[in-house]
Amino acid sequence: MLEGRRIVIFLVFAAIGMVFIGKLFYLQMVDNTYEKAADNNAIRKIIQIPFRGEVYDRHGKLIVYNTPIYDLYVTPRKAVVNDTNRFCALFNVTKGYFDSTMHRARVYSRVKPFLFLKHLSKEDFARIQDAMVDYPGFSISTSAFRTYQSKALSNALGYVAEINPNSLVDQPDDYYRQGDYVGISGLEAFYEESLRGNRGVKYRMVNSNGVEKGEYKKGQLDINPTAGQNLYTSIDIRLQEYADSLMMHKVGSVVAIEPSTGEVLTMVSAPSYDPSLLAGRNFSTYYRQLALDPLKPLINRPPSAYYRPGSTFKLVQALVGMQLGSLTPASVFTHAGAPVKCHNHNTSHNDLHNAIQWSCNPYFYHAFRKILYDNTNGNTYERSAQGLQRWSDLVANFGFGRKLGVDLNNEKKGNLPNVEYYNKVYKGENTWKFSNIYSLSIGEGELVVSPLKMANFAAILANKGWYIPPHLVKGVGDKKTIDPFYKTPVSVGVDAKYFGVVHQGMLDAVLHGTVGGDGKIPDIQMCGKTGTSQNQKGKDHSVFIAFAPKDNPKIAIAVFVENAGFGGFAAAPIASLIIEKYLKGRVDRKDVETKFMNMSYLANVTYRRPVKKDSLGK
Amino acid sequence: MNSSSSNQIVKLDWLTVAMYALFVLLGWMSVYSAVYNPEAPLGIFDEAFYTGNAGKQLIWIGTSFILIMLIFALDFRFFESFALIIYVAFILLLIAVPFLGVTVNGSHSWFKYGSVTIQPAEFSKTATALLLAKYLNDPQVSLTRIKNQAIAAAIVALPMLLIIGSNETGSALVFASFIILLYREGLPGEFPGLLIGMILLFVSSLLMKPLSIFLVLVAFAGIFILILPIYERRKPSTYLRAVAAIAIIMSLSTLVDFGVNHVLKEHQRNRIKVLLDPSFDRRGLGYQVTQSKIAIGSGGFWGKGYLGGTQTKFDFVPEQSTDFIFCTIGEEFGFMGVMGVIVLFLFFLWRLLYLADQQRSRFARAYGFGVAGILFFHFLVNIGMTIGLMPIMGIPLPFFSYGGSSLWSFTILLFIFLKLDSHRSDMLSR
Repeated sequence: MLEGRRIVIFLVFAAIGMVFIGKLFYLQMVDNTYEKAADNNAIRKIIQIPFRGEVYDRHGKLIVYNTPIYDLYVTPRKAVVNDTNRFCALFNVTKGYFDSTMHRARVYSRVKPFLFLKHLSKEDFARIQDAMVDYPGFSISTSAFRTYQSKALSNALGYVAEINPNSLVDQPDDYYRQGDYVGISGLEAFYEESLRGNRGVKYRMVNSNGVEKGEYKKGQLDINPTAGQNLYTSIDIRLQEYADSLMMHKVGSVVAIEPSTGEVLTMVSAPSYDPSLLAGRNFSTYYRQLALDPLKPLINRPPSAYYRPGSTFKLVQALVGMQLGSLTPASVFTHAGAPVKCHNHNTSHNDLHNAIQWSCNPYFYHAFRKILYDNTNGNTYERSAQGLQRWSDLVANFGFGRKLGVDLNNEKKGNLPNVEYYNKVYKGENTWKFSNIYSLSIGEGELVVSPLKMANFAAILANKGWYIPPHLVKGVGDKKTIDPFYKTPVSVGVDAKYFGVVHQGMLDAVLHGTVGGDGKIPDIQMCGKTGTSQNQKGKDHSVFIAFAPKDNPKIAIAVFVENAGFGGFAAAPIASLIIEKYLKGRVDRKDVETKFMNMSYLANVTYRRPVKKDSLGK
Repeated sequence: MNSSSSNQIVKLDWLTVAMYALFVLLGWMSVYSAVYNPEAPLGIFDEAFYTGNAGKQLIWIGTSFILIMLIFALDFRFFESFALIIYVAFILLLIAVPFLGVTVNGSHSWFKYGSVTIQPAEFSKTATALLLAKYLNDPQVSLTRIKNQAIAAAIVALPMLLIIGSNETGSALVFASFIILLYREGLPGEFPGLLIGMILLFVSSLLMKPLSIFLVLVAFAGIFILILPIYERRKPSTYLRAVAAIAIIMSLSTLVDFGVNHVLKEHQRNRIKVLLDPSFDRRGLGYQVTQSKIAIGSGGFWGKGYLGGTQTKFDFVPEQSTDFIFCTIGEEFGFMGVMGVIVLFLFFLWRLLYLADQQRSRFARAYGFGVAGILFFHFLVNIGMTIGLMPIMGIPLPFFSYGGSSLWSFTILLFIFLKLDSHRSDMLSR
């Protein structure tokens, strides 16, 4: 009978063995958290971040580069500091900082490096380097800051900062980790993937004390870093600086484009800021200051600020009217019967040329009415809708109401009202007609444009009917590659023959028209058009678009100065100075230059948000 | 009577010896892997190799072979004749250890002679098994009698209490495994049944709230009474008994709670708490269990390959070479490896039980069951603690774990039995 007990005993043994196998099956086959935990334990990923690409101007001048900076790390277990006072003096920290940081480091881990001091400068590093041997357990890790050759162009360049938690979660390809630097705005953001390069990864095995124990899988998984690609921009940094200086004490934008290529020569957003403020160790302090500034210096206004085009839009009306067959250069309209007022000018023979030269409001009121009603049928509501449809289709070709595709992230569409738009506003079809929307005729009403769009329009005028999408970067990387989009001309659907009378009108507007004496360049034929952009609050914005020289134009420009009044006062002289500087390399009209550099319109500026949505994404 | 040594070799159970050799080899390979440094691998001909665990273990293995030779050189009757003397000698050593011993790895239970340290507690198991077997060899002794039961219990309890006295509770618990020997030799089934019941009660008192235990007991009592014959159900004494049983179990359960919280020492209590909640004391005891599970769990089906483990090699699991050697196998040979080891070990135990039952003398048979019981208990606790099913006790995995005392004591334990087995035809059945 006792013989059978062997079986009982063995069954107990076997049962325990089965329980173990079951548990092991769970640990090794079912639950994979242990596998991940093992990798976290024993494999250290060492990230190598390459230098970010540099940025050059159109003449090959370096604008942005990188300065290496050094972080000091401490590994508490290995750290030996015999003379704390000397150490504190060397690293320029207080005894209190030393004690508290060492304490935090010990609490974090005795064997892992802890950030002791952030962002040592090159000078600090040179000073400390030799003394490092006396302090075992302290090590230096290198990274880099953006450094700027010029204080100009900061808004278009954008800045680089630690990735914010939301972007970290939303990123599509899971590239960034917490604490990584990423281009936040401007070119830095648009060309982020080219600029950043690709970071390298080294996998090293470590033991439980964090000491390296050789390559993991013989380095098969390691990735070498690839350096960031340089950006070769079309910006003329000298011109940019000059335009910047003219826009001091003002709120507004300057955009200058080379018409034949669509290359942006200058893009000023005023007020601006010193880009190095956001690249140093005090990012958060300065960022706060700039973000809270009511004049919003962080915003890049040219592609995103919303204005009405004002009288500059009359040129669009003239071109569209001729293309649609409603206007000819010989068409004459008087002031009579128009609800819009006009300035005091000669109306004896008020043809298209005269109307452009003097920016005649009634002329374009009548012209727009004719554009809408010609070759339409039905009642006035139906005819207005038919006419507006035809009109808006053609105007849209100029880039109004849509994005031009500039290589900046914060470009806004603006607004070009069409039939659908008014049906929505007036809540139904055939509920509105010309008399409701005639403000469009002189560039007011629901029209919304950005300075960039108006500069592009100036380029269209210069090219007599086509443009290449404006862009700030001519080439990326050593091969200077560029998206073919920025090489392909776009036609606006208005025949070149209609541009002659417009050019002539613009030339005369500068010489004997709406542009004052300060806006005339004695030895350059500049075609320009003033605008006065009405806005809900405060004084009108001063607007001016131009291109020069008249024949074979080299530069097209749009200048917006907020709350500076009539376009001829502030915007035109500033534009003329920039054109003179660009075409001649110098400015002879020193008195005008000095006058407008010192001119301030800030007193008129009401602290209204100039764009609907803050481009900082707040 | 006049047995030649060649005759013994023929009769030696080579299957068991082969499995022993395999376990020792696997153990050594795992120790080698645990200390293996991929950046500077040491060959076995390097002098420096013998300062490391793998080298030392090689020396222990070599000396174990000498021990085996010695055991086979002795007369097989020596072990029965000298059982009492061996037992008394080790009892004296256990008494002497607190006064003459040295502290190794925080345990004050070692003797030191030159560079060799020996833990008498390891060897006292063998001595106890021998004396117990000798006592049971007396045909007058029957384990159904209370007097004989008491003497058997005293033989086991004496070294056990001395070891508990030197704070080696883990090693002392190994003596509980003699219940297997005693059960085979006629101890009524109620005793192991009661032991298992107590363990179940202990675990459930820790895991469950008293109210849930009470409800479960009431439910069981109700079912039990329902299946009784009707006349039994009518007796009031049935209900009284049920109530009494529940009361006793509940008070025992409360006692367990009280014991864990007030009688056990802090470190013992923590070991039990870690078992129930591995997140408890993550940096200390919980760390060991968690790291052990990570090492085994990361092995997957086929493992990371020999010498390919990262957890075990880089010191993530404390006591890697000794008590947690099973992790290395789990990480490098994966589920197939650990399953192989477990199945092989069970087969080994089965072989020992089988051989024990083949013995003609009760002494050899009882000793065989003692050996199987001790080895099983180590297997149970050691593997159980590496996978988080058992509290952490300083108990090695027989033949695998690094350590001279451990390897020597298991070798002696096993080969005494194999020596006796090789003489089974010479022994008289009584």
